Amino acid sequence: MKREKLRSLAPLEEPRSPTDLRVRQLRARDLLRGDLEGPDLERHVAEAVMPTTMSKAIGWARANSIFPATFGLACCAIEMMSMVSPRYDIARFGAENMRASPRQADMLILSGRVSIKMAPVVRRIYDQMLEPKWVISMGACSSSGGMFANYAVVQGADKFMPVDIHVPGCPPRPEALVFGFNKLQRMILGNPDPGWRRRYNAIGTEEWARPGTGTATEEEAEAYAAARELSVAYDSARARESRKGPA
Amino acid sequence: MPDSPGLELIAHELDSASAGSVLGTYHERGQACLIVNPGAILDVLEWLRDTPGQEYRFLASLHGVDYLPAEPRFGVVYELLNMPRVERLRVRAALDDPGGEQLPEIDSCVPLFATAEFQEREVYDFFGIVFRGHPDLRRILMPEDYVGWPQRRDFPVGGEPVIFTHTEREVPRWYA
Amino acid sequence: MSVHGSAPARGGDVIARTGAQVIGTSPVERTGAGEAMGPEQELMTINMGPHHPATHGVLRLLVSLEGEVVRDLKPIVGYVHTGIEKSCEDKSYWKAIPFVERMDYLAYFSNMEAFVGCVERLLELEIPERAKYLRVIHLELNRLHSHLVWLGTSALDLGAMSMFFYCFRDRDRVLDLFEMSTGQRMHTRYFQVGGVFEDIPVGFERNLRAFCAEMPSRVDQYEAILNRNEIFLRRTKNVGIVPRQRLLDLGVTGPLLRAAGEPWDLRKVEPTLAYGDFDFDIPVGTVGDGYDRYRVRVQEMRESVRIIEQALDGLPEGPWIADDRKVVLPPRHELSTSMEALIHHFKLVTEGFRVPPGEAYYAVESPRGELGCFVVADGSSKPARVHIRDPSFVNLQSLRDMCLNGYVADMIQNLAMLDPILGGIDR
Repeated sequence: MKREKLRSLAPLEEPRSPTDLRVRQLRARDLLRGDLEGPDLERHVAEAVMPTTMSKAIGWARANSIFPATFGLACCAIEMMSMVSPRYDIARFGAENMRASPRQADMLILSGRVSIKMAPVVRRIYDQMLEPKWVISMGACSSSGGMFANYAVVQGADKFMPVDIHVPGCPPRPEALVFGFNKLQRMILGNPDPGWRRRYNAIGTEEWARPGTGTATEEEAEAYAAARELSVAYDSARARESRKGPA
Repeated sequence: MPDSPGLELIAHELDSASAGSVLGTYHERGQACLIVNPGAILDVLEWLRDTPGQEYRFLASLHGVDYLPAEPRFGVVYELLNMPRVERLRVRAALDDPGGEQLPEIDSCVPLFATAEFQEREVYDFFGIVFRGHPDLRRILMPEDYVGWPQRRDFPVGGEPVIFTHTEREVPRWYA
Repeated sequence: MSVHGSAPARGGDVIARTGAQVIGTSPVERTGAGEAMGPEQELMTINMGPHHPATHGVLRLLVSLEGEVVRDLKPIVGYVHTGIEKSCEDKSYWKAIPFVERMDYLAYFSNMEAFVGCVERLLELEIPERAKYLRVIHLELNRLHSHLVWLGTSALDLGAMSMFFYCFRDRDRVLDLFEMSTGQRMHTRYFQVGGVFEDIPVGFERNLRAFCAEMPSRVDQYEAILNRNEIFLRRTKNVGIVPRQRLLDLGVTGPLLRAAGEPWDLRKVEPTLAYGDFDFDIPVGTVGDGYDRYRVRVQEMRESVRIIEQALDGLPEGPWIADDRKVVLPPRHELSTSMEALIHHFKLVTEGFRVPPGEAYYAVESPRGELGCFVVADGSSKPARVHIRDPSFVNLQSLRDMCLNGYVADMIQNLAMLDPILGGIDR
């Protein structure tokens, strides 16, 4: 009879009051216990499970299984390596799987100073990574040139590639890098437009899996073109929105 | 380190072995240095390496120096080491700046000391001092198409004020 | 088979055969091995790095292969060239210390000691006994740290993943000690001209003794994992042997030279600081292969612990920095009472101290060999030239001799046992 009461109380909309929330909690507990069945179960699923969106689910999955590229530049690389070590253990956040090939990685940690000789190489490695991809610039040198204001060092890596997170320090402690990584996770979860395509005037450069040259039919090619157009339109709409600023 | 009379003795013997090779000596802070004529650098190094009683067989370091206001302008410094006696001797070849587009030249000592290969390339890279007879004289640390000799004193240090290409107008939403 | 006139055809030299226009000085890198081959043989020249997980940084290797055998090899460096030597000329002496630290980023105390010792030699400044002992303690801790990172990453290259975790666990303990005494994990700027920045804090000695008591057993554990590991032995034994005389000609120093049987260690032969006071051994190898290099370094870790323990036992009381007001900052408490101290402080912080003209070379034994610093002073408060003779840079020349006519897999092993630090090579 308690459950009868609950059902009469529980609305199908968003919880409006603490009582609603409490009702939901009780229902979730029932679900876990296995007591919830029949129409109750369906209702609960419709209320609590379905109202997420596909993009949120994908963002959640992406943020929690990032494959960083094994790429060390200078001093910071040693602290980056100790991020994987037992004390700091980045595996807690699902990013312990360092990939040696940029084609398999989706996060690049710029760990150290970028010299003018290295910059084209870094850029090429970034270009080889598949989208979606993120970049953490670790330490003062790759963020701004740091103390090395001279002829040999690029003054900040975002001169030649998009950077999502800057972690300060010389070198940053592994904790700082993990914190920066957590911020990147939040960013991926929130799925905001990082805005770099607009900044670098690169809208329309998204990569798409192309149909194979030998097997491509007319319909496939058309579908590809349509999808690409849609994506470009979506991106420019978002760019316009973010230029306007948040409401 | 050879002491001060020992250094003069070396200078004297060197001068009699190949005339006009030693331009000067100095002995300061417990360190001995021979200033030699760059034309005779191979003779000097070979003599120091092979003469019984000298046997400076280990080239610890080779580097270039730019003494800009002073003349001669450039120096190529060889830090020699006698391992059994643990004695260090510095040999400095004093090079004039030929001026204009021309680069100063000196003989390469790679045939005598194989270790000099990278270090001579480094001196060439940073000071534009050409080592005649070097097996592979190219830039080593700077990009190959780089123009200029960055560690000369008249080369600017470089650097620039940092401009951030993107500044958030406010704290973004995902930052909480 | 000559193509045009006297120019001989080179194996793999496409440019010469096609007569394509060459732009720039030398756009196509190539090794020399192809020239010795007959026209029907072919070498494959591949590029390794600068982004490669086994090159310990951004080293690029150009390798000519015949099948799986390395016929020629050429290291190409400069990808983290930072212009530190030039930047030092733009800073006063005490501001240049953080720059030289960032050259060989695993041996920052050694870099500091080379530069600071060189400036002290120029100034003819004697540092107090306690500072000498503190410097020795930190230098040896740094050697432990460097060898731990080397052991972890090298074993990782050879397939022993767990070594990486064990070594980094102990490395963090060393860094904790650094953090306790200096305030930073890496790049501590602890050594000053004239001594050290600050005395060690209360409790440092206790922690250090606990560490020293535990470390030898840790080293035993590492040896238990690797010493009789079949894979490790097969990959390192009798691989990469270079004759001792050839190593000396190439200017190689440090554990590589000692593994070949030459007992050359600057701590023994030119005892600077307080190294003359301690009783320690120099491990040497017999064969000079990769396994000997590994054993020499591991044994050096034990010797470092011995030195640290002796330095702690004999740590003298007294000042930790020299009392020369023209060079050393006055103590903080004097600033509020003494006008003279305030003036000195102001002069030192704004302009820095002046060093009499001259030049000096000062070498220390870093974890990788002879790390020498050459400073030219012109009488002003900024150095006219700072040059660091980095052991990795010189040792790298021996890589070709090690790898020639071996397999590609042995090249990885040789590189791991060479222990190059690219920040030191490129500076």
